[in-house]
Amino acid sequence: MIAFLIKRLFHAFLVMFIISVISFAIQDNLGDPIQQMVGQSVPESERAELREELGLNDPFMVQYLRFAKNAAQFDFGYSYFYGEPTIEVVLRHLPATLELVFATTLLIMLFSVPIGVYSAIKPRSPLSRLFMGVSIVGISIPVFLTAIVLIQIFAIGVQFTPFPVDTGWGSWLNGALSTDGGMPAYGRGDVVHVFGTWSTNFASLEGLSYLVLPAISLASIMLPLFIRLIRAEMLEVLQSEYVKFAKAKGISMRRIYFLHALKNTMLPVITVGGVQIGTLVAYTILTETVFQWPGVGLMFLDAIERSDIPLIVTYLMIVGLIFVITNTLVDLIYGLVNPTVKLTGKPA
Amino acid sequence: MTTASTSSKAPSRLARFRSSYLLYSFKRDWIAQVCFAVFVALVLAAILAPWLSPMNPYDLAQIRILDSELPPFWIDGSDPQYLLGTDAQGRDLLSTILYGARVSLIIGFGAVILQALLGVTFGLLAGYLGGRVDAFLMRMADIQLSFSTLMVAIIVGAVIKASFGGAIYSEYAVFILVLIIGLAEWPQYARTVRASVLAERSKEYVDAARVMGFRAKRIMFRHILPNTLSPIFVISTVQIANAIISEAALSFLGLGMPETQPSLGSLIKSGFDYLQSGSWWITLIPGGVLVVLVLVINLLGDWLRDVMNPRLYKG
Amino acid sequence: MALLEVSNLDVRFALRQGEVKALRDVSFTLDRGERLGIVGESGAGKSVAAFTILNLIAKPGYIADGSIRFDGRELTTMKPRQLQQIRGNKISMIFQDPMMTLNPVLTIGEQMIECLKAHRRIRSRDAREIALNKLRQVYIPSPERRLDQYPHELSGGMRQRIIIAIALLLDPDVIVADEPTTALDVTIQAEIMELLLELCEKHNVALILITHDLGVVSQVTQRTLVMYAGRVIEQGPTREIINDAQHPYTQGLINALPQMATPGQRLNQIPGSMPSLANTPPGCAFHPRCSFSDDANGERRRDCREVIPTFVRSGNCDVACHMVRELVESRPSESDASDDNSHKHREAL
Repeated sequence: MIAFLIKRLFHAFLVMFIISVISFAIQDNLGDPIQQMVGQSVPESERAELREELGLNDPFMVQYLRFAKNAAQFDFGYSYFYGEPTIEVVLRHLPATLELVFATTLLIMLFSVPIGVYSAIKPRSPLSRLFMGVSIVGISIPVFLTAIVLIQIFAIGVQFTPFPVDTGWGSWLNGALSTDGGMPAYGRGDVVHVFGTWSTNFASLEGLSYLVLPAISLASIMLPLFIRLIRAEMLEVLQSEYVKFAKAKGISMRRIYFLHALKNTMLPVITVGGVQIGTLVAYTILTETVFQWPGVGLMFLDAIERSDIPLIVTYLMIVGLIFVITNTLVDLIYGLVNPTVKLTGKPA
Repeated sequence: MTTASTSSKAPSRLARFRSSYLLYSFKRDWIAQVCFAVFVALVLAAILAPWLSPMNPYDLAQIRILDSELPPFWIDGSDPQYLLGTDAQGRDLLSTILYGARVSLIIGFGAVILQALLGVTFGLLAGYLGGRVDAFLMRMADIQLSFSTLMVAIIVGAVIKASFGGAIYSEYAVFILVLIIGLAEWPQYARTVRASVLAERSKEYVDAARVMGFRAKRIMFRHILPNTLSPIFVISTVQIANAIISEAALSFLGLGMPETQPSLGSLIKSGFDYLQSGSWWITLIPGGVLVVLVLVINLLGDWLRDVMNPRLYKG
Repeated sequence: MALLEVSNLDVRFALRQGEVKALRDVSFTLDRGERLGIVGESGAGKSVAAFTILNLIAKPGYIADGSIRFDGRELTTMKPRQLQQIRGNKISMIFQDPMMTLNPVLTIGEQMIECLKAHRRIRSRDAREIALNKLRQVYIPSPERRLDQYPHELSGGMRQRIIIAIALLLDPDVIVADEPTTALDVTIQAEIMELLLELCEKHNVALILITHDLGVVSQVTQRTLVMYAGRVIEQGPTREIINDAQHPYTQGLINALPQMATPGQRLNQIPGSMPSLANTPPGCAFHPRCSFSDDANGERRRDCREVIPTFVRSGNCDVACHMVRELVESRPSESDASDDNSHKHREAL
């Protein structure tokens, strides 16, 4: 177990190191603090002096170490655009993203397991086929498009009139297919301040209503993935010898499905879940763009537009850190849950 | 019926294909046929865009600003010459979609070719040479994969845009996008090829080749590679779909094709601003085309994977 | 009345390419405490027979015809709920590969206790006691520790012992063992078989042992069934089947044993291979490979080619073979006939 832990931590450090090197390289090559610090009219000679003073001519390694040292203390400099320490800008935007991701994860966990398990137990039922059909469509629609469609349907409203409007039943059917919209689709709405930089959407129903469409959009691409995965794994597990043996022992099907089979199914699902974290980060940026959700994704994109290098770098470092920590945690959970990992440090 | 003398040559490629299991399953699966037909239709329409589209959306002289935001033909207020309506500048939507699909497909295929070249080469090297080379390449691949290819693409795109500025970015957007997506997704090919190579490496024909004195490069490319083509083929379909989506995502974020030379993604982006005002077609119709394109590719990929894997008994 | 009566069992698989008959008209009985062996090559239908008893055949397999009566009750028409009560309780099964049979993510204790709890109202503590008891009966050292261990932490031999212990948990009437030693090392095989034999004798548990290993069968069983292409072609006391097989196929099997070969010569083989169940020849399924199926002119006998042989009693065995039937029916008297017959067709070899 210890060996496993150490291996994972080492990997985490390695990845963090790579992220930091890349981030620093970006900062070093693209950023020009001098330009932002002093006005246009300052002559070149003075700039050169300033460069020397600030240690901007030092060799790469030295500058990198300086960067790393500051980074460890969460000091990443000042944002060109906001004029404040980048870390504060990031922290201000972070709660929004975290809440969005949390809501999405909740949705995914709540729905993927029951639907996936059901589709595996009764693979040919019409409901399962429906789920699978919807899943493959869901995977094919890019997340931003789902978001747009959801906005159209639930925020703006659609008027479907395929049926004759002048008949009673026609207009009733038309009405059933149409929506008035009205769901909020821009920004976070009314948030309740909790502490520090953290304001939450979860405190009020109104706040929650702003979370609905973005969370569903973000979940729309990951949910089908997990459903398909759980279904595929479960189908395989249900063919295994130990399930047959459990049946031969006279164990109830319910126990077989939800203990014998499910526990084995979830192991690879956890692994995949870990891998998907990176994808989730990318999709969050897209979703925040569509809904103008003021999280770090939107902040990052704006920073790119504005060439706000320090902010870009800080985003990479902070999000990278969260990413690495989450991945390591998922790996640890896997190590704890999978008994074959316990002693030897790697799967038996 | 049969002639007395039979040729002693091996059956031609065409003959082998004709009698192959692939064709056989294809003929029996109507979904695969429909998808393939739709896919071919879209690709052809995109290639023939300059000839098929009613007007050239890049020709400023042809655009009439007064005709902007006209709805598609099945809604009141439309103009018959603009079948699918017009966008905010008065460009015919059908034309822009045809041209847009063209750009999307070019980038999609281009990126996949690049990924395949890179990935297959690295995969062959890693699998065949093993040792440090393998460990290093696979570490890199793992880390890149854990970030998710889209994220890598966004970061690389961001860096390029910040370094060279928006104008140059727009001008060379096609190449830049092919480069970005190609660089971001090579690990998928590398891992697949590596797994195949490892499996093949222990087979006897490799030993035989080595004993005959062939150099590593020749063994890798001429002996092992042909045997790994099947999985490469299978993941290529998914990768094309992914590349098209990635490009659309990047364009939507502003890191992709500019509005002057739009792909489906950037069409969706520019159309999105007009969603609120009710002109939903500007964004949703290109969106629909994108979804259909990706969907048929995904379905074909699923079908291909089922057919090419050993036929496990399905209950 | 026998404990288990299988009559005219017909099991089929509805495959894409057509229906395959895995078991055809299989009948046998099992008395209380009796040990029965079922032998045959792979694909002969032995495992299918084993699984069918507890109705564990998965779709697309199904029981097309026949009956299985256990203790007077008909198993083929039982509802799943009732079958569940019999499985693991009155009739237990032992599978081939102990590594695959035990769930890797559950402890041994969990997998044993759940079996007890599924069939009795019992507290975990008492269930644990029973489990420990059974583990001791199969001679597992430090049983308390084992309960909290996972399958992958134990050796193959120990795992199989545990599976035997699980099979015995509820003091069943019958144990069906499907190739219990095939996946084990040779040295462990003997131990496990001895253990099984000892336990069955001590607790008067009936045993159905399915294997392709004639040596094991002769060690453990009292009666044996020989299966070929989904049918039973010979059955009788194990001793007689081994020492004095009458069906040409069984003789071929015995002769093919390495012990029967002359040193320095090739091993005796039965030419050809068993047909796949989808493509069995008409008439007697063995006739293409049988050296006795030709008549005086060297042509294939019509009855072997066209008619499925039925059982004829020869000595203490039932044999499904036209030639044997001929010999039996042409026999002058009953009593010493068996020696004469075996003499006759051994000469013909």
